[in-house]
Amino acid sequence: MERVDLLVIGGGSAGMAAALQAKKEGVKDILILEKEDRLGGILNQCIHNGFGLTEFKEELSGPEYLQRFADQVIAEKIPYKLNTMVTNLSKNKVVTYSNSEDGIKQIQAKAVIMATGCYERNAGAIQLAGDRPSGIITAGTAQKYLNIHGYLVGKKIVILGSGDIGLIMARRLTLEGAKVICVSEINPYSAGLNRNIAQCLKDFDIPLYLSRTVSKVIGKNRVEKVVLTAVDQNYNFIPNTDMEIECDTLILSIGLVPYIELLEKIDCPTSSTKGAKVNSLMETEIDGVFACGNCLHVHDVVDFVTDEGRLAGHGAALYINDKFKDENVIKVNPGNNVSYVVPQTVNMDVDENVTFKFRVRKPLINQRLTIKSGENLLFKQVKPVLIPSEMVMISVPLEKLKEAKEEITLSLEDN
Amino acid sequence: MSYNKNMNKDIYDVIVVGAGITGSFIARELSKYTLKVCVLEKANDVGNGATNANSAIIHSGYDPIPGTNKAKFNVLGNKMFDQIADELDVSFRRIGSLTVANFPEQVSMLEELAKRSKENGVEVKILSGEEVAKMEPNIPNSYGALYAPTAGIINPFNLCIHAMENAVDNGVKLCLSNKVISIKYEDELFYVTTDKDTYVSKIVINAAGNYADQIANMINKVDWSITPRKGEYYVLDHKVKNFVNHVIFPLPSEKGKGVLVTKTTSDNYLVGPSSEVINDKDDVSTDKMTLDNVKSQANLLVKGIPYNTCIRTFSGLRPSCSRHDFVIEKDSKFDHFINVGGIESPGLVSAPAIAKYVVEELVSSISLLINKKDYNSRVRRYPHIKEVKPEIRDKMIKDNPDFGEMICDCEQISLGEINDILSRSVPPRSVKGVKRRVRAGFGRCQGGFCSPKVVLLLAKHYGISPLEVPLDDEGSNVLLEKVKVVD
Repeated sequence: MERVDLLVIGGGSAGMAAALQAKKEGVKDILILEKEDRLGGILNQCIHNGFGLTEFKEELSGPEYLQRFADQVIAEKIPYKLNTMVTNLSKNKVVTYSNSEDGIKQIQAKAVIMATGCYERNAGAIQLAGDRPSGIITAGTAQKYLNIHGYLVGKKIVILGSGDIGLIMARRLTLEGAKVICVSEINPYSAGLNRNIAQCLKDFDIPLYLSRTVSKVIGKNRVEKVVLTAVDQNYNFIPNTDMEIECDTLILSIGLVPYIELLEKIDCPTSSTKGAKVNSLMETEIDGVFACGNCLHVHDVVDFVTDEGRLAGHGAALYINDKFKDENVIKVNPGNNVSYVVPQTVNMDVDENVTFKFRVRKPLINQRLTIKSGENLLFKQVKPVLIPSEMVMISVPLEKLKEAKEEITLSLEDN
Repeated sequence: MSYNKNMNKDIYDVIVVGAGITGSFIARELSKYTLKVCVLEKANDVGNGATNANSAIIHSGYDPIPGTNKAKFNVLGNKMFDQIADELDVSFRRIGSLTVANFPEQVSMLEELAKRSKENGVEVKILSGEEVAKMEPNIPNSYGALYAPTAGIINPFNLCIHAMENAVDNGVKLCLSNKVISIKYEDELFYVTTDKDTYVSKIVINAAGNYADQIANMINKVDWSITPRKGEYYVLDHKVKNFVNHVIFPLPSEKGKGVLVTKTTSDNYLVGPSSEVINDKDDVSTDKMTLDNVKSQANLLVKGIPYNTCIRTFSGLRPSCSRHDFVIEKDSKFDHFINVGGIESPGLVSAPAIAKYVVEELVSSISLLINKKDYNSRVRRYPHIKEVKPEIRDKMIKDNPDFGEMICDCEQISLGEINDILSRSVPPRSVKGVKRRVRAGFGRCQGGFCSPKVVLLLAKHYGISPLEVPLDDEGSNVLLEKVKVVD
């Protein structure tokens, strides 16, 4: 069986950053496996701008952003295989892949980095009621049809869910001549970034209905109408609030889910993000298997995906070079008003700052963020505004955490 | 309409109306003989009605009332399935069924069912609650169950498509997108007019599913009618392994076999169906209240059903007959017109036995049956690249690199497998046609990743614009407009 030091599954933003970082830290024998016909992952279809503000201090389109990394991968001569699907990953890091040139092949890796991205929640996940005509499509798929293949999926469109892809598609479809009638969001707040609400909806006079969802789809062959119904705080329909809207398409932008069937097959423990549980060097609970990017938890800004990819690449480099320590770990719990925290454990023997990434359950103002171990306050910070659509990152020096005797909890309270 | 005797029409020996599971197996059965056979189907694919949306179960036959057509054909059909699954290359597993008593007062009903099973000639065994718990850890507290080891699960899409493919391979003509609008009888010939053409035949077999009463009434008013009975289901992801290992039924009631929980041949789980009589023969919508009710019934049966892994909900229409049994008979006035109606559950399992009876008993009494010398009961083997040994898969890819190029991420379906189905005698026309045949789009992303690729492949294969590719039946196009020229 062929061997490789580091095998990276997925050649998108996370995977490329991970491979580049590992290379920088001296890992020589790296292979990236990418299922599509080019590097870059989902950024290939994200032709809007807004990428790279943190990473490059300038505003790039998705393809421009990815190309900067793809160029580095090529310049660093990191081998990659395109049109290559990983069909299996074993606990002892034997990776099985398939492509048209190599057939089906196995490689033994010293370390594996999962960078497989995410998939879109769809009609099944929300048990969308009503008919099953054509014209019900997820925002990312609609984006692919439009930006890669040049086709409009609809002309009169209702968008369910105010996730960023849906907002960006509202603007994109409008610019291509479609009529976006409205965006409907089941929550009382938007799931997208504020800048996207302003630039994609307000600038185009597209109404955003909050606390309203699709209760029924009507149409035999093609969507003819959708019924939007108001919901209460428990998401139950409020009687007599139906709005029947004529349209030919319902676009769903109702969330993204880490795509980790490979890890599920080997019973890798997962967290509430639906991604793997990881320690502060992005190692999953499967020894030597790391995860980063949207397959770990869904990010809203690609620059942070890149950053997380680097951290996984760093972790994998330490692992391959036998400098990795994970004997002494403490558990991290999401506390009051926090929906998740990544990482789920901190490696106490690795002398580095720890970046906690988390999301809040609901919009909050003037909060005191605390990290406690039992009653012992290890860290605090004031956060003026927090919204669920924006991931929060805080960097905490390890010495502050070293006082922890037991599990630590990250919580928010009114300041 | 008057018929020009000189019009240059093929005269068929048999026309089958409807290409669902019943029509497809009848066509296959007819293809054994030197008959000229034509199948007319209103949809653009076979198996697009009740066959497309049901529990996918090969019932053992413990449940139908002894002496009924349902009991007879269920039991006969069940015994045929090992051979059929082999000949038609369809996934089939005899995982057995458990009909569970959840309340102490139901234990006596198990005895009754066991008696009924014996009358029907079905092997069953009554198990204790402990035995059930051992077989199904998520049913820890039952009062026992009726175990029927011959019950199985099958891929119903492939069953129907492969049966028709086999029929077409043996000479049957299949005319899709042909909706029958009238049937006239003149000079011992039936003139079957569709929205596309008129077809002429000596014998007509009506296997039109939910429309069987309407088709029957086109020639002679019948004393039975078909009312669709809707069943709504949840499909759960295969994320939770071995959640149940058998087909799990509650005790049957007059409304049917009740809400069941079962594994599917793709290791997903089905929870359902509901049972509601409706009027619209095409209404396959779902609604929240009905599905919530399915949930609460299923929760009585099995503990901790992982609804959070739901990947789809759907509904299907059972063609329920006013006779409460299958209608399999010649028309009272036209003995060359055979009605096969009301084939609701257990229709899937019964279809091959019904087909055999229709051809060997009914058709043979009005037409001479001569065996075709070159009849082949087997379909060309499908390339099961996920199931074959790695070295065989590797060789297959070396011989045909398309087997190495993946189109569907979730179900790992290769370009080679999609090309294979496009090269067959009943190829898919639509995105869902591809999905039903090779499962591309059946996984957790529900076609989010692969459907654009499938649309482009279909367009290329048929030499049409992607704008013309339907999601399912005609008129359900995926894309509405081209916005720019992309190389």
